Amino acid sequence: MNIVNILEEIEKVDGEIYERLNPRRSAMKDFYNMGKKVALAAMPLALGSMFTKAYGQSTPTAVVDVLNFALTLEYLEYHFYNHSLLAAPGLLTAGTPAHGAITTIRDHELAHVNLLKGALGSAARPALAYSDFDFTAKGTFPTVYSDYKTFLAVAQAFEDTGVRAYKGQATVLKGMPVLTTALQIHSVEARHASHIRQMRAAPAGGGVPIKPWISLGAGGGANDSGVPQVDPVYKGEDLETQAGVTITGIATGVTKAAAVESFDEPLAKADVLTIASLFIK
Amino acid sequence: MKNLQEQEKQELLPAERSVFTAPLQRRSFLQFAGAGAATIALVAAGCKKDRNDPMVPGGVTLNFKDDFGVLNYAYALEQLEAAFYIQVASNPPSGFSPAEKQYFQDIQFHEIAHREFFKKALGTAAIGSLEVDFSSINFTDRTSVLGAAMAFEDLGVGAYNGAGVHLTTDAYLVAAGKIVSVEARHAAYVRDLISNGTFASSPQVDANGLDKALTPDVVLAAAGKYIKTKITVTNL
Repeated sequence: MNIVNILEEIEKVDGEIYERLNPRRSAMKDFYNMGKKVALAAMPLALGSMFTKAYGQSTPTAVVDVLNFALTLEYLEYHFYNHSLLAAPGLLTAGTPAHGAITTIRDHELAHVNLLKGALGSAARPALAYSDFDFTAKGTFPTVYSDYKTFLAVAQAFEDTGVRAYKGQATVLKGMPVLTTALQIHSVEARHASHIRQMRAAPAGGGVPIKPWISLGAGGGANDSGVPQVDPVYKGEDLETQAGVTITGIATGVTKAAAVESFDEPLAKADVLTIASLFIK
Repeated sequence: MKNLQEQEKQELLPAERSVFTAPLQRRSFLQFAGAGAATIALVAAGCKKDRNDPMVPGGVTLNFKDDFGVLNYAYALEQLEAAFYIQVASNPPSGFSPAEKQYFQDIQFHEIAHREFFKKALGTAAIGSLEVDFSSINFTDRTSVLGAAMAFEDLGVGAYNGAGVHLTTDAYLVAAGKIVSVEARHAAYVRDLISNGTFASSPQVDANGLDKALTPDVVLAAAGKYIKTKITVTNL
């Protein structure tokens, strides 16, 4: 189904409606054209000032903290995938669906880094390089870049953590336009997580008995990944009650597993940073 | 390193569009709330397909003046999704593999759980049951079912992403966040069934790595095809 593009419909009636409703648009068009000529190094700063203009105010400290927190995670994800594509011989073969999917995800993570850097402008945290990370988690996953199954297991942990991390910051951004942007990143991370989980479930990924959504683990635990080392990633994912409503048994067929699958849980910033710190030198 | 720089160059140009995100939303908001003539034209366009159908008397109003309106909006979409998956799960297309049958049954229970959650959370403020119209879906055909499922899931993700900013109660905002990522997991799964690797393809996910955030007018215009009950949004 094609989603009806209302904006286009209205534009047919009133071709100048964008300009009429938002005179800043033309300025942004100019900026977009100008961007092609601006030195790469100057881009984040330029984007930052545009972002500030778009919101019509300077960014509050709490929001800066959230965006820098998100930026740290995006750097982590980006470098994790980028290294797998550039410097992990034999891990992913060019032309395979796996290589394509990881490339797609890597590109999204880089886009998120750039987006957040642009939003933060001069308030952005110092950049993180691949050399700032240890994706073996200090030896916990020594084969992360040589064994495809281990690589995917760590990827899943990152994506599921990313989803939880963004969700955990939603209330800080409540009612702000930047919440929408954060939600737009959040659901993309969830799409990534779903696909990585499917890759792990495929025969090449080890045929791990895992679903695209987070379910109950073996023995009813919160960690369904089959990787006990990442228990903190799934802490509290086995919640059965939402906003005071008990989900298990809410209708026929809604088992505890279904209740757990139906709602992804947020993770507090401190918990996320503890997980991330395992991978940061 | 050269490749990396090339990569950054490619990504940075689209990233400039990020600054359009907020104004775009504001623009569509203004259009919906303020541009009276355009709104009327839009409503008329949205109704066109249903003109020959008997209208359900009454209809429902989603009043966005408070969280109940937003939650009812989500409740309406979850009703639609649940009804669709119940029909699929109870009589799946013959082309479905056993794994697909299992996962569509899973999704069915997720959507039922979402629907019932909103119903309970809303209590007496809940809208009634919507009347659905799935006549455009061929439930015996795998391709038709997957196409509809993708449309529902992508639409759901965009709807939640767009509605989040209207929520004022922390608990409801978090609950919506808990649900939308599950919908995104569904969407990615269904997309990969249709074509492996399209879990986050353009244009659903743009060059900035952003999923869609849709305003209720866009969502309801798209969902209108599947809903007989007239839905009106006020105070957006």
